[in-house]
Amino acid sequence: MSLKKVYRKTGWLGAVVLLLTACEGSQSALDPAGSAAELIARLWWPTLFVATLVTLLVLTLLAVAVFRAHKKHAELPLSVRQSRNLVIAGGIILPLAATIPFALSSFSIGRTIHAPLPDDALTVEVIGKQWWWEVHYLDEAGDRIATTANEIHIPVDEPIRFLLSSDNVIHSFWVPNLQGKTDMIPGRTNLTSMTADEPGVYRGQCAEYCGTQHALMAFLLVAEAPEAFDDWLAHQRQPAREPATDAQARGREVFLEAECADCHTIRGTPADGEDGPDLTHIASRQTLAGATVPNRIGHLGGWITDPQHIKPGNKMPPSELSPEELQTLLGYLESLE
Amino acid sequence: MTVESPANPRDLTDSPEQTAQLEHTWHSPGGFIGWFTHVNQRMIGKRFIITAFIFFLLAGILGVLMRLQLAGPEQQLFGPELYNQFFTMHGTVMMFFFAIPVMEGFAIYFVPLMIGTRDMAFPRLNAFGYYVYLIGGIVLIGSLLLNMAPNAGWFNYVPLASKEYTPGYGVDVWTTMITFIEVSALTAAVELIVTTLRMRAPGMSLNRMPLFVWAALVMSFMIVFAMPAVIVSSTLLILDRLVDTQFFIVESGGEPLLWQHLFWYFGHPEVYIILVPALGMISTIIITFTGRPIYGYTALVLSVVAIGFVSFGLWVHHMFTTGLPQLGMSFFTAASATIAIPSGVQIFCWIASLWGARIRFATPMLWVLGFFAIFVIGGLTGVMVASIPFDTQVHDTFFLVAHFHYVLIGGAVFPLIGATYYWWPKITGRMMSEAAGKWSFWLAFIGFNVTFFPMHQLGLEGMPRRIYTYVEEMGWSELNLLATVGALVLATGFGITLVNAIWSLFRGQRAEPNPWGAPTLEWAADSPPASYNFRHIPVVKSRWPLWDWERDRERGVVTGLRNDRREVVLTSILDARPIGVQVLPEPTIWPFVSAVAASLGFVGIIFHPIFFVIAFFLVFFSLVAWFWPRRPWRKD
Repeated sequence: MSLKKVYRKTGWLGAVVLLLTACEGSQSALDPAGSAAELIARLWWPTLFVATLVTLLVLTLLAVAVFRAHKKHAELPLSVRQSRNLVIAGGIILPLAATIPFALSSFSIGRTIHAPLPDDALTVEVIGKQWWWEVHYLDEAGDRIATTANEIHIPVDEPIRFLLSSDNVIHSFWVPNLQGKTDMIPGRTNLTSMTADEPGVYRGQCAEYCGTQHALMAFLLVAEAPEAFDDWLAHQRQPAREPATDAQARGREVFLEAECADCHTIRGTPADGEDGPDLTHIASRQTLAGATVPNRIGHLGGWITDPQHIKPGNKMPPSELSPEELQTLLGYLESLE
Repeated sequence: MTVESPANPRDLTDSPEQTAQLEHTWHSPGGFIGWFTHVNQRMIGKRFIITAFIFFLLAGILGVLMRLQLAGPEQQLFGPELYNQFFTMHGTVMMFFFAIPVMEGFAIYFVPLMIGTRDMAFPRLNAFGYYVYLIGGIVLIGSLLLNMAPNAGWFNYVPLASKEYTPGYGVDVWTTMITFIEVSALTAAVELIVTTLRMRAPGMSLNRMPLFVWAALVMSFMIVFAMPAVIVSSTLLILDRLVDTQFFIVESGGEPLLWQHLFWYFGHPEVYIILVPALGMISTIIITFTGRPIYGYTALVLSVVAIGFVSFGLWVHHMFTTGLPQLGMSFFTAASATIAIPSGVQIFCWIASLWGARIRFATPMLWVLGFFAIFVIGGLTGVMVASIPFDTQVHDTFFLVAHFHYVLIGGAVFPLIGATYYWWPKITGRMMSEAAGKWSFWLAFIGFNVTFFPMHQLGLEGMPRRIYTYVEEMGWSELNLLATVGALVLATGFGITLVNAIWSLFRGQRAEPNPWGAPTLEWAADSPPASYNFRHIPVVKSRWPLWDWERDRERGVVTGLRNDRREVVLTSILDARPIGVQVLPEPTIWPFVSAVAASLGFVGIIFHPIFFVIAFFLVFFSLVAWFWPRRPWRKD
């Protein structure tokens, strides 16, 4: 049996080709849209190139070594001096030549990424929950001025400071298109920053195993023009709009009388529960349940009646509402833009 | 005791009666009860190997089940609760109940044979270590069947693993069983260190020791220094959970990162504890199948020792995203990249040794060549993740899953399977089928790469680890399906080796004492070895004693050891000059009883602290019985 197949790295080369071609996505480190992710991707591509060269070099040498005397009558070994030189060149010089520039560029990129932010940078506080994200916008004094969940808006071309923490287990905050991940650890407040270079909707996902529904703990990061962002933030600072119709008013009654208000806050109403996401402007968000399903009325209804179906194990209990109550409640929530 | 050099050891005056008496002295009792009294190193080593491979099979099945779940988006074969138990158990069983014990098992079986002695230094401790391991494994697997398996990950981070966030018995089982398995690992490590340093055949100075023995020695020292860290951390956690200490509880001033430091201070060396013996296996196989001395013996030994040292300075690279200070973490980038040097030296020593040799492409050699292709890729991605900025993108993603499977399967499991084919005839007296071995290799090699290579890309495209499902819009479906297909091929490949092993026990060709023409002492024993390993303890003059004997047509042996009790030669640490004779203990049930008593305590405290007290006294009394003074002179 021929050993030549050993070196035909099955599945390997093909996958490299895939790697080079398919790298677009809203949650991809290979499709950077922010300065930090851009720097890291710029470290990645040359590293991949060098690593591929080293792999090919080592495997070629191995192939030569193995097949040199194959089917010959005598051995064709290296002399002791040649062997020594090979080991020094391949085992010491090659690793040093490859890793020293790599480590130095890594340090340099790390310095750039962690450069101090201007004092007046917009500050967003994100708190990891099981299994969703609580988001607060802070003013320059550090006071919370707006609260939302699972959807973060930022202005483009502006460095944003993120204060990351958790009051339960460890989570990790990660928007691959913009920046590497930073853990949210109880008892600590970690700091990271992002600058989005282009407007867009990027997906982030929890990257530290945090229990049952770690898999479906995601969020959207919306980078938009500064004016649009200012409008959005001004709107989010407002309390919830008053019901415009009787049906919506009845929906609000349902919300307040059912157990919803025990866990959820709707600013401007008596509902001030803190266990679940703030719903003051829920209708303005694109997704539900931690970026698991689109925010449409069908999904919202399904989520309220049977949340364990969409996201098994999550902490929202099913609601026992009559169909009519559900309709009015949905009508009210849909109005909370 | 004297050292002689007769032309042929058969010329020594061994009457059949004397050999029969020696056989009787070293005989392991039969019968069901007898089975629990065995202390012989080959019995214990074999049990470690078999038990570990059973755990490999179970954890491998869990791996395939996870791949089936991830084959497509939003699949519901298993809910999140069960899937989380699966990946926790897959990691825990593979790392703690397969990888370390199987390497220990091979070391326990082969180190005494390779250094030319008849047993290990503390045979009863050896037996105790095995039973502790077996009971721990059974309890852990049992917890999965009772649907109360741990589900906080094999790394078991707090506060997720604290009582508040993971109530129930799962994490308690994990914590106590980990402590348990570490006790087993420590006994094996102490055992291997003393055996290697004091019981080598006369003339086998340290610089003539087989490379696998060096690797086992380094592994053992690493176990001694690494395991206490995880014993401490899991003890702190079980105290938190059982008696409400607050080591990790933030509200009371506890520190979650303390767990991570302690765990990875163990966890990183752990990877090399698994890798280092595999490196020894590779050297062993390369020497035999090139049929000539290896190039760079000293460099290889120093590389393994260097890896052992440096591996204790890498643990923070598992914590690059925790927000520790950048400058401090940079040290760990440099240290992690440093590992490339001893690894590179070894790879190129092997290439120099293979260069132009007339290699026999038997199955063990194929697995070793497969190792090269896979391990080089795993090593290079390892250097990549040493970079803090890059690691923040790929940490806890499928890129990491790909990386460490390349290192652990390519670096440890491939050489391990090669070594299994290589040493199988010595253990069983039968050869495994070469044809099936090659099929197994090619399927595993192709299946492995198809499974794990796409995961690099999945990780870069943002797919985190430890997720039981993903939504279709993520665009990860095709590569996941590919990986699942690969996993089935990989499983088939390993399955063929399993069938091959069982088949060979009944139908395999009978093996000569030295079927591969190897140069190390284990091949001087019969296949399978007699109960006493060597009729006469050999004397060694170089690194390749069997090749010497073939060339010189003479061999030195030790004579004068008594046949009526279990005597072994003790030698000096550096030069292996004979300095004494040690009488080893005989089979006994007490290590088993002690292990059961200790297990009662470890398992019992999950339910009530009183078991700690009960087990304390039970273990005390069983140890008294175990260590009751022997009076060998009474037989004189």
